[in-house]
Amino acid sequence: MARAAAEDVKVLGHLLSPFVIRVLIAFRLKRVEYELVDVRLAEPKSEILVKSNPVYKMIPVLLHRGKPICESAVIVQYIDEEWSDDGGSSSILPADPFDRAIARFWAVYIDDKLPYLIRALRWEKEAAKVTELVGQFRQVLGRLEQAFTECGKGKGFFGGDAVGYLDIALGSCLGWIMTLEKGKSVKLLDAEELPLLAGWAERFLAEESVKGLVPDADEHLKIYEVATARTSATPAA
Amino acid sequence: MAGTATEDVKVLGLALSPFVIRVRIALRLKRVEYEFVEVRFAEPKSEILVKSNPVYKKIPVLLHRGKPICESTVIVQYIDEEWTDGSGSSSILPADPFDRAIARFWAVYIDDKLLALIWALRPEKEAAKVTELTRQFRQVLGLLEEAFPECGKGKGFFGGDAVGYLDIALGSCLGWIRALEKDKSVKILDAEELPRLAEWAERFMAEESVKGLVPEADEYPKLYAAAVASQ
Repeated sequence: MARAAAEDVKVLGHLLSPFVIRVLIAFRLKRVEYELVDVRLAEPKSEILVKSNPVYKMIPVLLHRGKPICESAVIVQYIDEEWSDDGGSSSILPADPFDRAIARFWAVYIDDKLPYLIRALRWEKEAAKVTELVGQFRQVLGRLEQAFTECGKGKGFFGGDAVGYLDIALGSCLGWIMTLEKGKSVKLLDAEELPLLAGWAERFLAEESVKGLVPDADEHLKIYEVATARTSATPAA
Repeated sequence: MAGTATEDVKVLGLALSPFVIRVRIALRLKRVEYEFVEVRFAEPKSEILVKSNPVYKKIPVLLHRGKPICESTVIVQYIDEEWTDGSGSSSILPADPFDRAIARFWAVYIDDKLLALIWALRPEKEAAKVTELTRQFRQVLGLLEEAFPECGKGKGFFGGDAVGYLDIALGSCLGWIRALEKDKSVKILDAEELPRLAEWAERFMAEESVKGLVPEADEYPKLYAAAVASQ
């Protein structure tokens, strides 16, 4: 199903951010072409970023026909609604209002817990604290493991037969999850403890709409180490 | 336009919570009857609350045909989508995708900044800190003052001609704002500094869908004490 041309669709951001990845997966699902524009996040921030997201100065920002939209969950829903097709076949959110509410709830939960845990774990060096954070992480994933069957209704994704809103919300974090597992030598998405999520993660990463958008652990580690070094160094003029 | 029958619609909550008020305004806009169930929020929490919101154990919870929905913005959107009328006349979110995105963005902003300021200011006794928090509060409202014409397109509400999603998100906080202004003797929603918001606030509070749902400023201390009291 060929889709509309680029039509001035820009995304400000880079692949290290799960929030940016969400937006790109959504575009892939809708077969909408976009231009990914990397921006400077450390001060002084890129002018286009400050101008298009004056409130938060964060990525991602979607610029559609020059108009900015911010906040990944807001952007993904915009993409779903702006490029909707009447058959609903490429719908990101489910059709039923209750199912939509459940998907939105778990996406709120993910954004409430995971970004904090990812950040905290990334910078934590003390072994006891790492263990504590890993425990919290696994508890959060445990809840999503439990929710999987209800959401997916027994199918392969949270969205059912196809990747949907909640798959995107969680799946976009897999890069970081795998990087932290490798970098900290810990198990977060343990296949024994979370079999449904483990199976889902493999399926998700194999999807056409996702391929290449979630860096694999080694590549991610490389980008991550460069970014970490850059954040610690004083910014160039 | 007569509304639908109750159809087993319950809202678990407390009158003073802005999040709960949002849900009640939304149901009023859709003319959906519901049962308001006051719950115990302080420990030990009401069993029905713990059972229907095991993840957060927070209010509001909407129970529709026995199925729970949690998180106020999720609930309001559910109400908008579940009780929809074909012509979209009682639509809470705007029709256009871009307008919806803008409304959702500012609601995220309100939940990110404004609510945190309410909770921080409420217990604050130190004068310097009260001044600083009030300043931050006014800064946050200042951005919404600026956003008002774009969102409302020159009409009386963020949602245009009628109360909409963003009106609900912000308006539900007006009770607390007034209560804090009174309790701390400060000006937060200053009509001189924020003329559009000040007028909008009056309009909002006079709406049929809102009347009686936002407690008066001097009710808050008592309501709050009751909410946090241990058994």
